[in-house]
Amino acid sequence: MNAQAYNFAYLDEQTKRMIRRAILKAVAVPGYQVPFASREMPMPYGWGTGGVQVTAAVLGPDDVLKVIDQGSDDTTNAVSIRKFFAKTAGVATTTRTEDATVIQTRHRIPEAQLTEDQILVFQVPIPEPLRFLEPRETETRRMHALADYGVMHVKLYEDIARHGHIATTYAYPVKVADRYVMDPSPTPKFDNPKMDNCPALQLFGAGREKRIYAIPPYTSVVSLDFEDHPFEPYRQDAPCALCGATDSYLDEVIMDDRGSRMFVCSDSDYCASRRDAAAPAEQAGAAHDA
Amino acid sequence: MYVAAKGGERAIEAAHRLLAHERRGDPSVPELTLAQIGEQLTLAVDRVMTEGSLYDRELAALAIKQARGDLIEAIFLLRAFRTTLPRFGASEPLDTSAMQMRRRISATFKDLPGGQILGPTFDYTHRLLDPELAAGEAPHPPSRAPSSDAAMPRVTDFLADDDLIERSPGADTDAAVGDLTQTPLEFPAGRDVRLQNLARGDEGFLLALGYSTQRGYGRTHPFAGEIRMGEVEVSFHAEEVGFAVPLGRITVTECQTVNQFQGSATEPPRFTRGYGLCFGHCERKAMAMALVDRALRTRELGQEINAPAQDEEFVLSHSDNVQATGFVEHLKLPHYVDFQAELGLLRKMRTEFDAAREPEATREAAE
Amino acid sequence: MTPDDEPLLIADGLTKWYGRQLGCRDVSFSLYAGEVLAVVGESGSGKTTLLQLLAGQFEASAGRVSYRMRDGVTRDLSTLSEAERRFLFRTDWGYVQQDATLGLRMGVSAGGNVGERLMAVGARHYGEIRHAAESWLDRVEIDIARIDETPRSYSGGMRQRLQIARNLVTQPRLVFMDEPTGGLDVSVQARLLDLLRSLVRDLGLAAIVVTHDLAVARLLSHRIMVMKDGEVIETGLTDQVLDDPREAYTQLLVSSILPA
Repeated sequence: MNAQAYNFAYLDEQTKRMIRRAILKAVAVPGYQVPFASREMPMPYGWGTGGVQVTAAVLGPDDVLKVIDQGSDDTTNAVSIRKFFAKTAGVATTTRTEDATVIQTRHRIPEAQLTEDQILVFQVPIPEPLRFLEPRETETRRMHALADYGVMHVKLYEDIARHGHIATTYAYPVKVADRYVMDPSPTPKFDNPKMDNCPALQLFGAGREKRIYAIPPYTSVVSLDFEDHPFEPYRQDAPCALCGATDSYLDEVIMDDRGSRMFVCSDSDYCASRRDAAAPAEQAGAAHDA
Repeated sequence: MYVAAKGGERAIEAAHRLLAHERRGDPSVPELTLAQIGEQLTLAVDRVMTEGSLYDRELAALAIKQARGDLIEAIFLLRAFRTTLPRFGASEPLDTSAMQMRRRISATFKDLPGGQILGPTFDYTHRLLDPELAAGEAPHPPSRAPSSDAAMPRVTDFLADDDLIERSPGADTDAAVGDLTQTPLEFPAGRDVRLQNLARGDEGFLLALGYSTQRGYGRTHPFAGEIRMGEVEVSFHAEEVGFAVPLGRITVTECQTVNQFQGSATEPPRFTRGYGLCFGHCERKAMAMALVDRALRTRELGQEINAPAQDEEFVLSHSDNVQATGFVEHLKLPHYVDFQAELGLLRKMRTEFDAAREPEATREAAE
Repeated sequence: MTPDDEPLLIADGLTKWYGRQLGCRDVSFSLYAGEVLAVVGESGSGKTTLLQLLAGQFEASAGRVSYRMRDGVTRDLSTLSEAERRFLFRTDWGYVQQDATLGLRMGVSAGGNVGERLMAVGARHYGEIRHAAESWLDRVEIDIARIDETPRSYSGGMRQRLQIARNLVTQPRLVFMDEPTGGLDVSVQARLLDLLRSLVRDLGLAAIVVTHDLAVARLLSHRIMVMKDGEVIETGLTDQVLDDPREAYTQLLVSSILPA
C-alpha cells in the first residue's frame, strides 16, 4: 500500500468541476436545490460533508478560511474541519470574520456585516423545507416545480391555531427571489434577515442528501409569515455578559448547580473584537457600554 | 470570571491518542495482524468489502483493525478510501454461470445436474459454544474429491427453457449502467440502480425487510431457486487491444429466488424473479437482497404497494449505513444554538399559558 | 350563443380499457353550468371509472374531455400542463371522495383543511383565512367552536361536510362527487343530501354525482345516466327516467328501490 498524496483541498479536479457546475446552476436559480453526486468524505455524513465539498470546490490557494460551528471557531467540529483544510489545502486560516474570504459555518451567520469579497458556506442537514410535511421526494420535487407551497402555509396556520405563534424557531423557511421556498439550514430565525440582500455569496451544501443551493449576492430573501402574524426574529432579552452587545444572538451558559445563568455572544469573534476594541478605553479609565 | 472555553483542538488530539491506546489494548497481548483478520475473520472481511463497495481483502482487514472491529466504521473507512481511487471504467458483466463453485444449493428441486454442494456452511451445525475452540483449533483435514467438470446450469435457466419464469430483461447495450457513486439517486429508480443500492446496503436493514415480506408485509412467495458461491473472473474491455482482458478472480455469492407467478390478459402466467449478489461469502445478505429486490419490483409487476419493503423511496433512502450512522450520530454535535431558540419560544408560551390561567387561579382561591 | 348557453363540460366518446377489462366505453354527454348529472349503476358498471376519467385522474384509452375555463375558452383537458391542471383542481373544481379520510388532511385542523385552498392561491392573512373557514363551517352546519379540532374527532357525517366545505371554499363551478353519502347512517344521509341540494342551488354549482342509490339521484340531480357493464344504457331527465324507465335494466333498478 502506498501513502496517498492528496490533491489541493482533498477532492480531485474532476469532482471539483462537477461540484462547481452544480454551484453555477444553483446560483442561476436562487433557492433551487440542485442534485449533485456527493462523494464519501473522510468525515461522516451529517458532520459537514456537504459544506466541506462546497468549500473544497471554491477554495483557492490565496483564500483565507474561517470555520465556525454554533458561531464559535473553537467548537470541536469547527476545529476538525479547519484542520482538515489546513492539512489538505495549506490555506491560511483565521478566526476573524473580516479577514476571511471563505467562511464555512454550521448553524449561525456571523454578526459582522459580510462583504462582496466573501463567500459564506452553510452546512445543511435536511435541505428540503417541505420534508416534514411531505416525506416523498417525488412529490416535493413537483411541489417546487409548480410553486405549490400551500401546505407550507397550512403548517404555519396550524402553529398559530395551536400555539398562538408560528412555532418554528430555527431553519425558518424563506422565499428566495420571490420564487423558491428554501430552508436556510438550522440557523436561528434571528439570522434570517441577514440573508436578505446580502453582499456576500451564500452557498448551501447538503452532503448526505446530495443537494446544493445558493443565494446570489443582493437577492431578496423573505421569511414566510402571515400579514397579521409577521415574522419576528427572536433574541434573548439580555446584553452579552462579556462584551455588552445588545444586538447579537446569545448562548445561555449555566454557571453552577444552583442554576444561575449567564448570556454570552454566540459569535465568538464578534464578542472578542468588541472586547478588544473596548480594552484600551478601559485602561484609560473611560466607561464602556454596559 | 467566565472565559469562553478554548482548547477544543487539544481535547480532540488527546481523545485520538486515547483511542489509539485503547485500540491496542493490553500490550502484553499479541497485536492482531491483517493476515489473522483476513484468514480467520473472513466473513467480517467479506461484509466490509461488500458494503464498502471495494474488493480488497487486505484493505478491508486493515479497516477492521483500525475500526476496532466496528464493521460499520470499517465500511466507512473503505468507502472514504474508494472515493480517492481513479476510475478506469466498468468491467464486463460477471459470468456467474462460469463460476468455480465451492457451494451450490437449490431448494426448488431435490436433485439437479451438478448436484447440491454444501460447501463451508454453518447450516446444520449445532449452535453449541465450543470451549475447545478457545484453546486453539487444529481442524481435521477436509474431505477431497476431484473437481467435477460437469455442467452446472442454473435452476432458473431450466425454468426459462420451459418459459415458466419471466425472462430477465435483456440489457440495453447502448444505455450506460447507473452508478450511484457518480450520480445522485433519483426516483423512480431503475432496477440497475436499485440493485446497486441494495448491494451496498446494510445487511441488518435488508434482513429485517426481507423477513417482513415473509411475514406478510408484501408477500412474494419466495423459493431459493439457487444459491451459489465461488470464484468468477473479472474482465475489462481494454480500448487499446480491442478485447476484454482478464483482471483476476473474485469470490462472490449469488442468490436467485423464484417468486410468486403472475400473468395478465395478454401474458401467460410465469414465475417472477429476485436477485442478490455480493462479494465474498455473504449468504444472508445475498438472500435478503433477493427478497427485497423482488419486493421493490412490485410496481413494475403491476401490483399494489402497501408494505415498507415495497416502498422504493423508503427502502433505498435508508439502506446506506454510512449515511445512516453519520446522521444518527451527528446528534452528538452541538445543537445548543437551536436549542436556545426552542427554549426561548417555550418559555414565552409558558408565560402566556400561566398568565391566561391566573384569573382562574385567583378565582379559585377566592372561593 | 351566450357563454352560459355553452356547455361547461363535454365528454366525447370516452373509453377506458384496463388491459382486456373494459372500464367504460364511448361515453358522451354535455353538462351545463348549474346542472347536476347523476351517474348510476351497480358496482362494476364503470361509473367510478368514468368519474375519474372526467376529473383527469388518468388518461382515457379513447375520447376526450373538454372544459370551459373561467376565461371562457373551452380546452381539451389532455392538453393542459400539470400546473394548469393542478390550478384547476384547486380552484374551479371540487372532488368529494366517498371516504372522507382520503379527501381531508386528517392530521390538520378543520380550519386548516378549509383554509388550505385559499392559502394555496395566495391568501396570507391568518385572521381572514380563519374567518372564511368559520363561515364555511357554519354553512355546512359544523359548530365553529370545533374549528381547531382535527377531523379525527369528527363523526362520519361531519367529516363529509368538512370535505364539502374544503372543496367549496374557492367557489368552484364544477364538483365531482363519488358516493357522497356512502357509508353514512340513513338519517345522516338525509341531512347531508339536504345540505348538498341547497348548496348546489345557492351556489349555482354544476355537479356529477356517482351513486348506486337512486334516491340520491332523484333528490340531487336534474339528469341521470344509467350505466351497466361499462356502457351508458339510458339517459334523460331524472324524474322521467326514474318514473318511466325504458330499458329493462333500468326498470329492474327502479323496481328494486325499497319504498320509503
